[in-house]
Amino acid sequence: MKSRMSLTIGGALVLLLLVTALLSLVWTPHDASHIDASRQLAPPDAGHPLGTDQFGRDVLSRLMEGARITVFAGVVAVGIALLAGVPMGVVSGMSGGWLDNVVMRVSDFLLAFPALLLAILLAAVYGTGTLTAMVAIGIASAPGFARVSRAATLRVMAGEYIDAARLAGRSRTAIAVRHVVPNILDVVIVQASVSFATAVLAEAALSYLGLGTVPPTPSWGRMLQESQDLLFSTPELCLWPGLATAAAVLGLNLLGDGLRDRVDPTLEGVR
Amino acid sequence: MYLIVRKTLTLLVGAFAASFVVFCCLAVLPGNAAEVALGTNATPDAVARLSEEFGTDRPLLTQYADWALGLLHGDFGTSYVTHEPIGPRVADRFGVTLWLVAGGMLVALLIALPAGVLSAAWHRKPRGTLLSALSQAGIAVPAFLAGLLLVYVFAVRAGALPAGGYVPLAEDPGEWARHLVLPCLSLGLVQGAALSRYVRSAVLSVQRQDYMRTARAKGARRWAALCRHGLPNAAVPVLTVLGLQLSALLVGAIVVERVFVIPGLGDLLLRAVADRDLLLIQGVVTVLVVAVLVVNLLTDVLYRVVDPRLRSR
Repeated sequence: MKSRMSLTIGGALVLLLLVTALLSLVWTPHDASHIDASRQLAPPDAGHPLGTDQFGRDVLSRLMEGARITVFAGVVAVGIALLAGVPMGVVSGMSGGWLDNVVMRVSDFLLAFPALLLAILLAAVYGTGTLTAMVAIGIASAPGFARVSRAATLRVMAGEYIDAARLAGRSRTAIAVRHVVPNILDVVIVQASVSFATAVLAEAALSYLGLGTVPPTPSWGRMLQESQDLLFSTPELCLWPGLATAAAVLGLNLLGDGLRDRVDPTLEGVR
Repeated sequence: MYLIVRKTLTLLVGAFAASFVVFCCLAVLPGNAAEVALGTNATPDAVARLSEEFGTDRPLLTQYADWALGLLHGDFGTSYVTHEPIGPRVADRFGVTLWLVAGGMLVALLIALPAGVLSAAWHRKPRGTLLSALSQAGIAVPAFLAGLLLVYVFAVRAGALPAGGYVPLAEDPGEWARHLVLPCLSLGLVQGAALSRYVRSAVLSVQRQDYMRTARAKGARRWAALCRHGLPNAAVPVLTVLGLQLSALLVGAIVVERVFVIPGLGDLLLRAVADRDLLLIQGVVTVLVVAVLVVNLLTDVLYRVVDPRLRSR
């Protein structure tokens, strides 16, 4: 019952995020970067439902484009973590022995390297940008995927159908692709949802610090940073990007929780 | 004992690897430190002279060995930008960040322990669900957003606390505490929300154990059984998470220091990135990663102190 509620609310919030991001590709009420000096800090009206910011830019349009950056950040970070982490985990879990040991020690080491710190380091080297930031978050999230998929692989490898496949003469690659990966997918999806939330938070934090998305591209973290100076005069400017970030993360976390409860019986002991 | 030695060795290897990775990351930077320091109008002669002075004209491995050996003596080198020794600055700033992290941890524990235990005890009641929902919402709020909201409520509206800045403890303890309240709250609230979920699930799983039923059968009241037998057992998994949270607080402090303009390690790091002060970045990042490694080691050791069953492993 509770898991279904998590799934419904989480799914709805994530869907809202995705639809807003996709919609912003083809339509926003105004040009999100258009500066209008005559309409600075205008209160909400029919033309600008959420008002305008200190440069006269439409807040709703910026919020919608910010959703796109958020989704982009999450997809890049989770994509990298998934592509690097899952093969590492599967190979490690299937082969065991020294290879397993090496992979796990490397992932231990990476786990000790905080994601945000890695992102700041990469920003210092390669300059700021959403992509650089998310590559860093992706690398830092990869060990999480490696651990989860290794544990799940170990569970799958104990199954009799793997013995059967071996006896039938299937190669290790064929076993990995046809039997292991499809059977660990559920656990990986749960991890992806959690990592997506982490990436969204990290993107917001980095953009807030001025090390993520570069202006004038709107990002929620950047909007929050710009609104901070106006906290005394127009506090509502910080409300919308803050609410959007929290809602996106809440949705992803709830979705992850709901999915995990669905997968749970086989997941015990993995996390 | 053997275990502590082994874990300490792992820590040293980890610290070595981390410092090497950090060094390599910054060594691949286009243009060397002398060029960065002198700007675009520098003559090749001037760059060569400054490179020699900085020692950046030597092979990379020699540079690394020099720097790493210095670190072991607490010598972080001299900044390429400000020409001041880095060690004392890092130590100064680290002290400020530690206060922030300690305060944040305290807030997190003060929230998470009661909230987690209560929401586990009430898990079939609406108020348990409400606590659970509140913690879920708390996790979704980034620390810097919590900071902005707290500034709005307590500094802008109520005018009760300063919106930012820092006063050293030795200067004025009262003002020091007043300036740390909001930063510690914004760090701790979010971490507390996350931690309370772990406390909740640890207490929930303990409640289902046989020894709890035995305690109740012997006539112990529900809360007495929970405090006497349940909580010590629930502490073990929570302790592991606590270690992870402490590392998260260290990193979270970077962002919160920016919100409240606190001169901590995070502030130093961000300034170093803006100034492209490579040696300073190298020093601060290494200190932070080693701090995380030390926290992990302590958690590991403490884990075994709390749970005797793990000692033989």
